[in-house]
Amino acid sequence: MIREYKTIEEVAGPLMLVRRVEGVKYDELGEIELPDGSVRRCRVLEVNGDNVLVQLFESSAGLNLAQSKVRFLGHGVELGVSPDMLGRVFSGMGEVIDGGPEIIPEKTLDINGTPINPAARNYPSEFIQTGISTIDGLNTLVRGQKLPIFSGSGMPHANLAAQIARQAKVRGTDTNFAVVFAAVGITFEEADFFISDFKRTGAIDRTVLFINLASDAAIERISTPRMALTAAEYLAFEKNMHVLVIITDITNYAEALREVSAARKEVPGRRGYPGYLYTDLATMYERAGRKLDREGSITMIPILTMPEDDKTHPIPDLTGYITEGQIILSRDLYRKGILPPVDVLPSLSRLKDKGIGAGKTREDHAGTMNQLFSSYARGKEAKELMVVLGEAALTPIDRLYAKFADEFEKLYVNQSFYENRTIEQTLDIGWQLLKLLPRSEMKRIKPEILDKYWPKEN
Amino acid sequence: MTEGRIIKVSGPLVVAEGMREANMFDVVRVGKDRLIGEIIEMRGDRASIQVYEETAGLGCGDAVVSTGEPLSVELGPGLMTNIYDGIQRPLEVMYEKYGSNIIKGIDEKPLSRDKKWTFTATVKAGDRVKAGDVLGTVNETELVLHKILVPFGKDGTVEEIQSGDFTVAEKIGSIKNDAGKSFDVTLMQKWPVRKARPYASKLAPSEPMVTGQRVIDAMFPIAKGGTACVPGPFGSGKTVVQHQLAKWSNVDIVVYIGCGERGNEMTDVLREFPELKDPRSGYSLMKRTVLIANTSDMPVAAREASIYTGITIAEYFRDMGYSVAVIADSSSRWAEALREMSGRLEEMPGEEGYPAYLTSRLAQFYERAGNVICLGSDARHGTLSAIGAVSPQGGDISEPVSQATLRIVKVFWGLDSSLAYRRHFPAINWLTSYSLYKDKLEEWFNANVARDWNAVTGEAMRILSVESELEEIVKLVGVDALSPSERLTLEAARSVREDFLQQNAFEDGDSYTSLDKQYRLIKLILSFYKKSGDALKRGADIEKIADLPVREKIGRAKSADPEKYVAEYEDIDREITAELAALTDKEDR
Repeated sequence: MIREYKTIEEVAGPLMLVRRVEGVKYDELGEIELPDGSVRRCRVLEVNGDNVLVQLFESSAGLNLAQSKVRFLGHGVELGVSPDMLGRVFSGMGEVIDGGPEIIPEKTLDINGTPINPAARNYPSEFIQTGISTIDGLNTLVRGQKLPIFSGSGMPHANLAAQIARQAKVRGTDTNFAVVFAAVGITFEEADFFISDFKRTGAIDRTVLFINLASDAAIERISTPRMALTAAEYLAFEKNMHVLVIITDITNYAEALREVSAARKEVPGRRGYPGYLYTDLATMYERAGRKLDREGSITMIPILTMPEDDKTHPIPDLTGYITEGQIILSRDLYRKGILPPVDVLPSLSRLKDKGIGAGKTREDHAGTMNQLFSSYARGKEAKELMVVLGEAALTPIDRLYAKFADEFEKLYVNQSFYENRTIEQTLDIGWQLLKLLPRSEMKRIKPEILDKYWPKEN
Repeated sequence: MTEGRIIKVSGPLVVAEGMREANMFDVVRVGKDRLIGEIIEMRGDRASIQVYEETAGLGCGDAVVSTGEPLSVELGPGLMTNIYDGIQRPLEVMYEKYGSNIIKGIDEKPLSRDKKWTFTATVKAGDRVKAGDVLGTVNETELVLHKILVPFGKDGTVEEIQSGDFTVAEKIGSIKNDAGKSFDVTLMQKWPVRKARPYASKLAPSEPMVTGQRVIDAMFPIAKGGTACVPGPFGSGKTVVQHQLAKWSNVDIVVYIGCGERGNEMTDVLREFPELKDPRSGYSLMKRTVLIANTSDMPVAAREASIYTGITIAEYFRDMGYSVAVIADSSSRWAEALREMSGRLEEMPGEEGYPAYLTSRLAQFYERAGNVICLGSDARHGTLSAIGAVSPQGGDISEPVSQATLRIVKVFWGLDSSLAYRRHFPAINWLTSYSLYKDKLEEWFNANVARDWNAVTGEAMRILSVESELEEIVKLVGVDALSPSERLTLEAARSVREDFLQQNAFEDGDSYTSLDKQYRLIKLILSFYKKSGDALKRGADIEKIADLPVREKIGRAKSADPEKYVAEYEDIDREITAELAALTDKEDR
C-alpha cells in the first residue's frame, strides 16, 4: 500500500524536506499532489532517519506545505519503452507531447541503467562514413564510439550534427538504423531546426525525440539525457538497431546539476560544479558502445558549448577525459567562411586506428592522415611566423608549407553542410594537397604506399 | 557477527547504527541485496560505510552485517590473464553468469574453486620453513611460474606436503609452529589490501626497466622498483603511453589498473594483449598480465579500492622474486573518488575540495613500490615499479593531485598538448620531463649497452635544448639571422625529434625498439650532425646539406628490421659521408 505524507517541512529551490516518513528508499521516485489536484514528481536524494531530502523535477511554484501530499512509488525514475517510440516526440521526462496516442510499453526500465561489464564490451571498429572529410579522413568515427562536438555560442554545431545524422552510414550494409535525439535546455528554434531537418529527409520515422526546451524546468534536464539513453539502449541491445544518440547541449545539463549541488550546500569543485561531475557525466557517456553478445550499437555525439570557447572549462575538460576524442569547432575558420569549421589540430578520434586501413577504408589512410596532420601543423606554424616576420623570413620549404595550410583549409576542411564525400574522395583530395610538398617530406607514409599513389618520375 | 540498521543513505555513503562491535575497515554486507561495503568511520555505535555498489533502493532500517574481516584479496594461481573489478570480482565470470551489465549484489569468488592446478612440492615433511619460503610451484601460464609461499606469520616445521592436482581451496599440506599448533596450507592465501605486504629489506633501484620506448629509455629512464608519473591533458596520449609500457616493459608481471577510465580502453587491452607476443619469450603478453578494471561508470567507492587491490596483487608476485610493474590509469580518478567520499563525510576540505590526507595517501601508494629483498631464506630479489597517469583538469599541473604526485615520484614524463596537435607521439616534452634515475642507471647502461650511452644521449639532449634557445631567436628575427652552423643545429634537432623521439605505437616495426637499436639510431643522427658540421667548415652550403637525399633514409631508419638494422645503419652512414663529400667536392671545383 502506498502511504501519503502531509509532512513537508521545507522547500528551498529544487529541494524539499519531508519528515516522519517510513520505508522510503534512496533514489526512489515520488509524486507530490498539490491542493489543486495537479501532480509533480520528485526523487529521493538522501534518507536520514525518518527524514527524506527530495529533489523536485518541476518548479516548486504553488507548493503548499500544509496542504500538499507526497507519495513514494517504490521504484526509481522509469521509462516505458516500445518499438513504437520511433517517430514520436517525448518531453524531457518521457511523456508523449506530440499529441499522438500514449505508448503502450513493452517493458519499463530504470533510467539510470547499469554499468556495462568491460569484459562484455566489443571494441568499436566499424568505420562510419559521415561524408565529412575532416571527420572521415582525420578523426574517423566508428560504431559504438562517443565523440562529442565542442562548440561555442554562435557556431554552427547544430548543422554539423544534423549533417552527421543525415549522412552517417556503414558502407556496404543496410541494417537497422535509428536516431535518438535529446534536446537538453536548448531554444525552440534550435530544436525546431533538428525536427524539420529530420522531417525533410524522412529520418523522422526512425527517430525518437526527447525535448526539454529552455523554457522547461531546469531540473528536468538531469533526467532528459538518461531517458534518451534508456530508449537507445532498448533499441540497440534488445531490438538490435544501430542507434546514433545526439545530445545537445551538455553545458545546460551540467548547470542543472550544479544548481542541485549548490542547493544541497555541497563542497564545490572547480567553478562551482560538484566534485562528482566527472562520475556523473561518465555514467551517461559510458552507456555508448557495443556488446559481445548483441548485434546493435550506440554511437553517441554529445554537443556542448564551451563557455568563452575555453577548452579547459570543467565541462569540456571532463567530457574530453571520458569520451573517445572530440571534434572542436573553430571560430577563426567560421569567420573565414570555411564550413564545417572543424579545428583539425586539437580534434581527435581515439578509436580511429582500429577503424581505418585496408579492408575498412583504404590502405593509404593511416599514413596520409598522419602526414596531413603534421604538415598542416607545420604550415600553421610557418604562417604564424610569417605574420610576425613577413614572408621573406621563411625558408623556401616553410613557404611551401604555409601555402599547403591555406589550400588544405580551402579544399579539404571546407565543404558545404550538404556535400557528402565518399572516403575515397576524401583520401584523393588529401593526396592532391600533399603533392604541393616535395616527396622527400612524406616521412609519415610508407615507401610502398608512396610508390603506389605517388610514383617517382623517371 | 555484528548486525546493525541503516539510518542514513546519501549516494555511496551509508550510515548504520548498532555497529559498536564492528572494526574499522571491516567489510560489511548492506541491505537485502547484500551489497559490499567497507566501514570508513566509527562514532559511538554509528558506522559510516562506503558501499562499493549502486545504493539506489536502500532505505532506513535495512540490515547491515559485518563480516569481521578487512577488505582482502585472494592470492593464488588463477590471477594471471584475469580481469577483475575494483574489489577483485572476476568480470569474465560475471559476464558469463549474469549477462553483459553489472547488476547489484553479485558475490563471486576471485579465484575459481573448480580449476585444478598441478602443484610440485619443493620442500618435504620435517623441513623448517619461515614466512616467504617457497613450498612448491605451480605452472600458472607459460610465462609465470607461480611460487606457493609460506604465509606471513606461519613459520614452523612442515608436517606434511604433497605434490598433485589441487584446487586453490584444497589442503596441500600443513605446517606446525613452535608452539605446537598446526596450520593447513592451501594454494591460496588472503591479504588485506590496505596493508603493504612485508619484505626483508629495501634497496636502491639499480637496473632500468627497459620499455622499448626511445624517449623513455634514452632520455628519461625508469628503474625497476622505481616510480613514475605521466601527467597530461586529454588527448595527449597518456593511455597509449601506459599501454605501451604494459606491452613492452621487460618485467615478469604486469598489473594494469584501469581506475575510473573508459570501458573501451579496458576492452582494447583485453582484446589486443592476447594477440601480442612478448618480444623475449614469444608467448602472448596476456599470459603475464592481470587487469583491474573499474571504469568510470562503475561505482565510485570501488574505484578508491581498485588501486589497493592492484598493488597488493603486484606485491604478492614481487614476493616470489619477480619484477613487477603496476600501471595505474588514472590516479586523478582515484583522488576524485577520495574527494567524493570525503565530501559526503562532511570533512573539512583541503585544496580544491580534496581531503587534507590526499598527499599522504598518494605517498603511501607509491611507497609500496621498490627494489626489495623478499622474505624467505633464499633472499630472493623482487622489484615493484609503479607508474601512475595523472589527468590534471585543463592540463594544468599546478592542481593538487599533480603536485602531490610530483613530490613523490622520481620520474616525470610530462605530456604536452601542443606536441600532440603536431602528432608528435609519444608527446613527452623533452624540456620539462625529468628522470632522477638517469645518473644512477648510467653504470648499467654503459656496461650493458654501450660505453658512451650517457654521453651520446646527453649530446642529443644538448642539441634539443640549444634548439629551444635558437627557436626564440628565430621567432624574433627570422631564420636568416642564424649562422650556418646554428642552422645545422636546428636541422639536427629536427632529426632527433622526428627520427628518434617520435615513435608510432601502432606501427609494428616502430612500436618497440631494443636498446642497441636505440643507441645505433641516435649515433647515426649524431654522425650526420658531426659530419655535416665538418662539411660546413669545408665550405658546403647549409641549404644543400638540409636537402640531402640521405636524410629521407635517416627518417625511415627507425622502422628498420630488428634483425638487419646494424648493416642498414652502416650503409646509411656511408651514404652520409659520400653525399657530403660530393657537396664539398663541387664547392672545391
